[in-house]
Amino acid sequence: MRTVSFADGFKGWRNAARVLLAYKIAPHDIEWQEDGKSSALLWDDHKIDWQTMGASAPKLGLNVSRRFLDMAEAVSFHRNPEKWQLLYSLIWRLTYENPKLLDLSIDEQVQSFLSMEHSVRRDAHKAKAFVRFRKIEQAEGDLYCAWHEPEHPLLAYVAPFFQDRFSVMKWTILTPDQSVHWDGSVLKWGPGCSQEEGPKGDTLEDLWGCYYKSIFNPARVKLKAMRSEMPKKYWHSMPETQLIEELIFESDARVDAMIRATPASAADFIPLVKDLETLRAALPSCSACDLCAKATQGVFGMGNPRAKLMLVGEQPGEREDEIGLPFQGPAGQLLQSVLDKASLGRDEIYMTNAVKAFKHRREGKRRIHEKPTPREVGTCKAWLQAELASVKPTVVLCLGLTAALAVLGQSVRLMDVRDKVLDVGNGLKVIVTHHPAHILRIQDGEEKAAALLELESALQLARDLSLA
Amino acid sequence: MDIKEKLAILADAAKYDASCASSGSKRAGVKGSLGNTQGMGICHSYTPDGRCISLLKVLLTNFCIFDCSYCINRISSDVKRAKFSVDDVVWLTIEFYKRNYIEGLFLSSGVIRSPDHTMEEMIAVAKKLRTEHKFGGYIHLKAVAGASEELVQKAGLWADRLSANIELPKQADLDQLAPAKTHVQIEQVMGSIQDKIVENRADKKTIKSTPIYAPGGQSTQMIVGATGSTDLDILGTSSRLYGDYGLKRVYYSAFSPIPKGDPRLPLKQAPLVREHRLYQADWLLRYYGFDYKELLDPASPQLDLQLDPKTAWAVGHRAFFPIDVNKAPREHLLRIPGFGVRTVDKIIKTRTQRNLTLADLSKLKVSIDKARYFITTADRNSSVTLLDDEHLKARLQKTKIIQPTLFELMGVSDGTGTGGS
Repeated sequence: MRTVSFADGFKGWRNAARVLLAYKIAPHDIEWQEDGKSSALLWDDHKIDWQTMGASAPKLGLNVSRRFLDMAEAVSFHRNPEKWQLLYSLIWRLTYENPKLLDLSIDEQVQSFLSMEHSVRRDAHKAKAFVRFRKIEQAEGDLYCAWHEPEHPLLAYVAPFFQDRFSVMKWTILTPDQSVHWDGSVLKWGPGCSQEEGPKGDTLEDLWGCYYKSIFNPARVKLKAMRSEMPKKYWHSMPETQLIEELIFESDARVDAMIRATPASAADFIPLVKDLETLRAALPSCSACDLCAKATQGVFGMGNPRAKLMLVGEQPGEREDEIGLPFQGPAGQLLQSVLDKASLGRDEIYMTNAVKAFKHRREGKRRIHEKPTPREVGTCKAWLQAELASVKPTVVLCLGLTAALAVLGQSVRLMDVRDKVLDVGNGLKVIVTHHPAHILRIQDGEEKAAALLELESALQLARDLSLA
Repeated sequence: MDIKEKLAILADAAKYDASCASSGSKRAGVKGSLGNTQGMGICHSYTPDGRCISLLKVLLTNFCIFDCSYCINRISSDVKRAKFSVDDVVWLTIEFYKRNYIEGLFLSSGVIRSPDHTMEEMIAVAKKLRTEHKFGGYIHLKAVAGASEELVQKAGLWADRLSANIELPKQADLDQLAPAKTHVQIEQVMGSIQDKIVENRADKKTIKSTPIYAPGGQSTQMIVGATGSTDLDILGTSSRLYGDYGLKRVYYSAFSPIPKGDPRLPLKQAPLVREHRLYQADWLLRYYGFDYKELLDPASPQLDLQLDPKTAWAVGHRAFFPIDVNKAPREHLLRIPGFGVRTVDKIIKTRTQRNLTLADLSKLKVSIDKARYFITTADRNSSVTLLDDEHLKARLQKTKIIQPTLFELMGVSDGTGTGGS
């Protein structure tokens, strides 16, 4: 048994292997000795002087595939020192026994080779992923410094990746085996160090932790998937992993809270039989929100149960609240005049509101109208949907944007939808216009007249469409 | 509101989008610029839900004019609202990237004012990153539903990947939960992205210097289990989308209850295993030569939750087996339960030199417990006599198999942390 001693990692091994192969020195006759990696004293006459032999070698080509050399380079970073022996055995067999040896994945040596290659490649991939730089402010420009502990001493294997990606920054990566520094133009190598000697912290880690927490979905906990992709051995240099325990601990409670926070919906109070009379009778028992309880009563729609045209307003006003019927107050009177002008009787159409209760606040003895929030519109919407399903109109005229939100499922601006007939599927056409109460509030005479004209023409258009 | 509060709200609001892939785009580092993209993409961290963090995934804002009931950001939900400025997002992306937390940015948004206005602001973020900061990392922009074709096409000039979410498997599901959205409209956006990609790739062939448009292609996401749509409906839609718009990926997201969710939605989480099975079936369509109609039909429209879809297919098509591992063509080997694409390719190479035995197969990491009923090998395989056994299905269900992850089976890791893994 003779010794082959070499330096400079994979490059050195390759040079030596090339000479030994040319002289047909078989794998079982030699032992590989990487410089500085052995404590044993070796006699010089046991060493093969491959450098001298190489100078007079007949032919020094390596007749193996690029694929093998790329994989062999990865394997050369494996922590197991037996890799050199394995690599030489393989290159020997590839050269003199079977050039397609690598295809024979069931061969024992090929299997060790593949598994070592896989282990290094995965560790390298994780280094690229899990290195965490910490910014250190310096007079001559910020330095980004990381401490990382890979399974294999592969810093030289991954350094080009960081060099390419972070070429405009100054950075240092420290590992227990060695360290590398990029100053913007060259890589400089140095000794390794412990985590204690690494960088301490970075104010940005607070934001990073905040992101990590917020992007986690507590409704789906899959710890095994997390641990298999992010093995615990890497956690100690990744700041976000300190949050994991807390996140898991809280997750059940967060899901429970989520479910409890599901808003009530009127849907829970809609009777199974959905004709208008049954619906109307069921409205007083609805407690999906507290608006009805704070009002005198809930106000259901009225009109022709077979109407082709349905008018939807925002919510009952003070007068409607007292009487229990929609469109009775000043706005209702204005609407009546517009209906008259279009020769439409109240018995020909169906009228209702997006929200069924008068939402208001008290100022002294007065009750002041308050616009319902989108949430309240959403809670109450089931009643409107039940009315739509029962009456089955072909045209809906939305008076105001609250009605439009309830009917269209989307908040719209009047300027985008005025004068348009919106086709919402199932043969239903929707037109959006001003609410009469809004017209009443307009101060400017000209503007008021224009808005009224718009309401009139929208109603006429809706009427014509419903007759068609 | 400080940036941390905004981040908490706008990352929380973005987490229901499963996609986080940073794959499919390759851009070498350029001197003087920050960052590059690698073909494979890198997952920089993993959260306890098993999903990866590859990109900074946030919404520009969670204000929204729409009322889609499956969405936490719908107008009628009373969640806390926030809005990032363009500079906020640019700053966060650069600072996170410099610390190697992320591969880049995945920006989506609620719709404010109008779809076009929203899209313009998102484009402004991407443009600023690319031009002012010379950012070479990954950018994925969500095409806002209803934004003009012109803007969507402009977005692709700055982004590596564009996506428009199909949201739900069928139009009827949208009618029920997102009345303002239609598949027609969403698919128009996909079509316009696809047209531009095709045109760009053709230009690039003649003029090499043409800047590449959306190099990472486009993807979409479907929410599973929020409505009654079947797996047959879902895979039918996926299959059509892959065919019509050249999508790179369809992501399946098991519906999970959202805080302050709409009352019409189920309160329970859709089973994650269903999501997993859909990913497995999706893989069979894309890499194993299966048609979705082979896996499901109207009589049994749901994937078997107990068995993976390939094994389930094999149990139902026993006449196709046994397969001679040493002779069968590649497309037949791919149909054997427990055989992954990478394994099959190794088998094909190895068998030119040596006939394979059962022991050889286990060296190649085949799930023998699953495969043994369906194959013949160079040695005697006694299990194959059980192929026509009436209890075969039960036997397969009982075998506790340590499954390789989908990505291992595929031999790829594309930076996705969805339920697919």
